[in-house]
Amino acid sequence: MFEYAPAPESRDIVDIRPSYGLFINGEWVEPQGEERHKTVNPATEEVLAEVAWAGEADVDRAVQAAAKAFPVWSAMPGAERAKYLFRIARIIQERARELAVLETLDNGKPIRESRDVDLPLVAAHFFYYAGWADKLSYAGFGPDPRPLGVAGQVIPWNFPLLMLAWKIAPALACGNTVVLKPAETTPLTALAFAEICRQADLPPGVVNIVTGAGETGAALVNHPGVDKVAFTGSTEVGRLIARSLAGIRKKLTLELGGKAANIVFEDAPLDQAVEGIVNGIFFNQGHVCCAGSRLLVQESVAADLLEALKRRLGTLRLGDPLDKNTDIGAINSAEQLAKIRELSEAGEAEGAERWSPACPIPDRGYWFPPTVFTGVAQSHRIAREEIFGPVLSVLTFRTPAEAVEKANNTPYGLSAGVWTEKGSLMLWMASRLRAGVVWSNTFNRFDPTSPFGGYKESGYGREGGRHGLEAYLAV
Amino acid sequence: MTTPLAEVASSPSTLRAFLHGLPGVDRVGADARAAMLGTRSIKTTAKKQAIDMAIGMVDLTTLEGADTPGKVRAMCAKAVRPDPADASVPPVAAVCVYPDLVATAVEALAGSGVKVASVATSFPSGRSSLEVKVAETSLAVAAGAAEIDMVIDRGAFLAGDYLKVYEEIVATKEACADAHLKVILETGELATYDNVRRASWLAMIAGADFIKTSTGKVSPAATLPVTLVMLEAVRDFLAATGRKVGVKPAGGIRTTKDAIKYLVLVNETAGPDWLHPDWFRLGASSLLNDLLMQRQKMATGRYAGPDYFTLD
Repeated sequence: MFEYAPAPESRDIVDIRPSYGLFINGEWVEPQGEERHKTVNPATEEVLAEVAWAGEADVDRAVQAAAKAFPVWSAMPGAERAKYLFRIARIIQERARELAVLETLDNGKPIRESRDVDLPLVAAHFFYYAGWADKLSYAGFGPDPRPLGVAGQVIPWNFPLLMLAWKIAPALACGNTVVLKPAETTPLTALAFAEICRQADLPPGVVNIVTGAGETGAALVNHPGVDKVAFTGSTEVGRLIARSLAGIRKKLTLELGGKAANIVFEDAPLDQAVEGIVNGIFFNQGHVCCAGSRLLVQESVAADLLEALKRRLGTLRLGDPLDKNTDIGAINSAEQLAKIRELSEAGEAEGAERWSPACPIPDRGYWFPPTVFTGVAQSHRIAREEIFGPVLSVLTFRTPAEAVEKANNTPYGLSAGVWTEKGSLMLWMASRLRAGVVWSNTFNRFDPTSPFGGYKESGYGREGGRHGLEAYLAV
Repeated sequence: MTTPLAEVASSPSTLRAFLHGLPGVDRVGADARAAMLGTRSIKTTAKKQAIDMAIGMVDLTTLEGADTPGKVRAMCAKAVRPDPADASVPPVAAVCVYPDLVATAVEALAGSGVKVASVATSFPSGRSSLEVKVAETSLAVAAGAAEIDMVIDRGAFLAGDYLKVYEEIVATKEACADAHLKVILETGELATYDNVRRASWLAMIAGADFIKTSTGKVSPAATLPVTLVMLEAVRDFLAATGRKVGVKPAGGIRTTKDAIKYLVLVNETAGPDWLHPDWFRLGASSLLNDLLMQRQKMATGRYAGPDYFTLD
């Protein structure tokens, strides 16, 4: 046997303060209310820090600071704004190791992913949109597209810093100022980003960070001084926001849930398809809105593919997220773990067959083993509802038309994956799948130049690429 | 030699249909998987174990026009006792030489347990008649080679004449008698991963005991993704036929870090059952000194200068 010795990344590189205030107008300020919240390391349940809970008055202060900064920031030549964004991108690269460790501590994701996926993409997003700041006249939105004003942005806990980058980089490039609320379970990298804004000498009020839970988010999106709302999170909350903003002038983009189909044809490159399935649903513990949570496999290769998949899952390494060899980290919160358990039990009760590789689970923290359900029918809850965890539902199909029908038969439409070596079939499928992203012989690949967003109940608006500018311009 | 797949070589068309019916390999995906496995962090006790494992898997190789009996004898001494100052260093798996130097190596290694491998079949190009290739193989075996590293006819393979390649391997295997046959695919000339997978299966069906990436004379030689594809092939071949075949990446593996990446690849692709010199080899020459240097560093905490390791 060849056992890998523990190879933990050192956490000494991060300096977590015992307590954080709110970042408003370039300063750390104390909230008006007394309420504070503890953020924990989901792998150990250890308390990492206390963060402020922003109330309506705090949100108001933040929005006013952003509104005050807007005239200066939006009037600044694009090339000047670009300098700040490039500077932020470079600081992120310089501090990448520290930010990766911090993200892993607060979120539970493996350091391999925060180091090799999240942080490189965060920096890439800032670099990419920095490049647009002085070229907005050529983006296809008219000769002199104007920014909107103050953007209120609410982001989820699955990719805390990356979602921040997706929101803040295009907003600033277009000349808006922002108030951002990170998720209540993962505020630390957003607070570290506040420090980076100071390090980059960003003018006060251009970026404001307010921490808190749902009420803080509601206060932000409903604040009359906010001109644009961007939300990434659950469809349930997205619906609430859409309802409360209906009929008023605020511009809204939503990036919500998904139940993506990963479709494997009999002529697929099987070994790479197995990797794509693993990357589709077990990447980031399945806490991915575009996760390939439904595997649709052509019946003629289903047995071979499942055997290969199970063998591969046997090699996944679950455990300490800071260990550089860990593949599967911790579930982000007790609440999310309960939801994953509930849906998995429903899957069993509905008659699907449940399988997990033998894998020891740590005693402390929130953990869920990689899980595969076979014999799943379209009518099962685990084929309909977003689980947002490392749980794969396997269904079969016979023909391309049936694959399209099943893949589209969901209220969501964020992403899909197709695996075939036949180019004509790939194009035929891609033109019929109702999903914002269709991956061809790959899955969960992201790039700042490529627009991302949903059909149907997966939301509206696009983030990334030239398309991502539209959400932050008066067009 | 028969395998459950022997009938696929009954005609050019059945052989072609079989090889082209193997699942394709997506280059981007295979490269990404190999790169991901390359990020595994092998430290402390695992690194110690890996270094000794790698030393024991080295096929210490010299394949130069300028090779002499003296050069081969020196290399054999190194193969048996890689570090003269440290008897706990295991010997390498084999030495690999040209056929005319097999007798010299056999004499130098008598009783040591280190095997003698010989390249044959008009290495490295393979551009000669089957008679010459078979005769060369027989001579090397007669001189005492326990392992034969043959090259396939890449020209025939790329021309689609799979049966010719198959028949040459079968004939060489026959000439090997009891010697183990390693079949060099020269993946740098096959160019695509689909071809690597097909050539791997072709060699295994024809009776290869090992499949080997490269001669070391063509660039690129061994790469992680190519070795990944070959490891998948031996894994699937065992499942299909019950026969286990070994894998040998050769050429371009120079550092301990590289060697460990290959061991990780084996561990997580074919599985730990392949982590044994009977089933996995590293064709290399300069790699050995780097392994010794890292081994000493782990034991003493300090790097010794290059002059503390023998150049043979």
